[in-house]
Amino acid sequence: MPQIAQLADTWSSQVFWLLVFFGITFLVVGNLMVPKVMSTVAERDGQIAADLAAAKAARDAADEQEEAWRVRENENRAAAQAIVAKAKDEAAAKSEKKLKAAQTRIDKKLADAEARIGDARTEALAEVESVAVEAAQDIVKTLAGVKVTKPVATKAVKEAMANG
Amino acid sequence: MAAEQAKVDPMYQFTIKPLGGSDEWVLGEGFNIAFTNSAMWMLITTVVLFLFVLGGMRRQLVPGRWQMMVETFTGFIDNMLEANIGKAGRKYVPYVFSLFMFILFANLLGLLPLGVVGVHPFTFTSHFTVTGVLAIISFSIVLLVGFWKHGFHFFSLFVPHGTPLPMIPVIAPIEFISFMVRPFSLALRLFVAMMAGHVLLEVLSSFVIDGTNAGVGFGLLVGLPSFILMIGICALELLVAGIQAYVFALLTALYINDAENLH
Repeated sequence: MPQIAQLADTWSSQVFWLLVFFGITFLVVGNLMVPKVMSTVAERDGQIAADLAAAKAARDAADEQEEAWRVRENENRAAAQAIVAKAKDEAAAKSEKKLKAAQTRIDKKLADAEARIGDARTEALAEVESVAVEAAQDIVKTLAGVKVTKPVATKAVKEAMANG
Repeated sequence: MAAEQAKVDPMYQFTIKPLGGSDEWVLGEGFNIAFTNSAMWMLITTVVLFLFVLGGMRRQLVPGRWQMMVETFTGFIDNMLEANIGKAGRKYVPYVFSLFMFILFANLLGLLPLGVVGVHPFTFTSHFTVTGVLAIISFSIVLLVGFWKHGFHFFSLFVPHGTPLPMIPVIAPIEFISFMVRPFSLALRLFVAMMAGHVLLEVLSSFVIDGTNAGVGFGLLVGLPSFILMIGICALELLVAGIQAYVFALLTALYINDAENLH
């Protein structure tokens, strides 16, 4: 076993060179390089954390703006609906008024027409009566040779027509 | 008979050889500092580790694969220390990272199949002189931090919280022994695991060589299964290389936790 067989000859060399090279490793690699590597990692972690925080802040701001927009939107919608309802009401009132006016006009026309019809009928009836009176006078004169005066004939016709 | 045996000595791979005539280098009386193959692989480990971490220092916001890999390792050590020690564990990241990566790279580089091109990797973590020094460094840090932060109160580590008063004379020596055994267990665990794996691979490879030399029949009967087993053991060794480095770093972290947060 060379580890033991050569111990007396080599221990000093082993210890010396190990201290030299492990010392160099510790001083250069461990003390100079490793902290730099670790600071890079820490920097990156910090950067990532900052970026995440910024992203979160941006998202919160966006949420806030969206909320504000939503509120505004709702307000606008309510206002629009109010305007629409008002316009609808106005239009309804207007058309109702128009309808009423038209109805009135139509009723009036109807009443006029009815009145005219009534007049015409009365006139026609009067004409029929006078014709009937003359006819009755003529018929009586021709058949009986009696001359009937107009008032008598008129009375007779009126009686007959009232019965008829 | 002896001449027919292939010269596969499973222990030969652990032999330390001075390189380039440096065997006479000394620092004072009896302190030889020959630049050996072991020192050479420590140098290679240091350089490879340096280049590896250097590739992760491009400091880009969106990391590439290499940078990601390095950051994964630093993050791994950072998390381990924070989980075991807490916020105060941060300041031990340079040491524990160096320790973990140094052992990990040493273990992995020692497993490289460079024998194919005629160079032989040397796993210096299979020498208890090396693992022992690393364990003593970790243990010293624990002692320094413990006495620095808590003074003589650090001795209360040997009296677990809630020990009944009559039990203290019995518990304290046991705790003291278990505390003092820590550097040995730390050093021996890594050394034994690495050595055992390499010996096993070497023994299996000697089966392959001897079996194949003994003829086609033995080659198929012994050599081929051994070779297949070697492939599996190689994968296992890669795992062990990682686990042993992790265990060393984790136990160091746990021991530092004892010193940092007494009870």
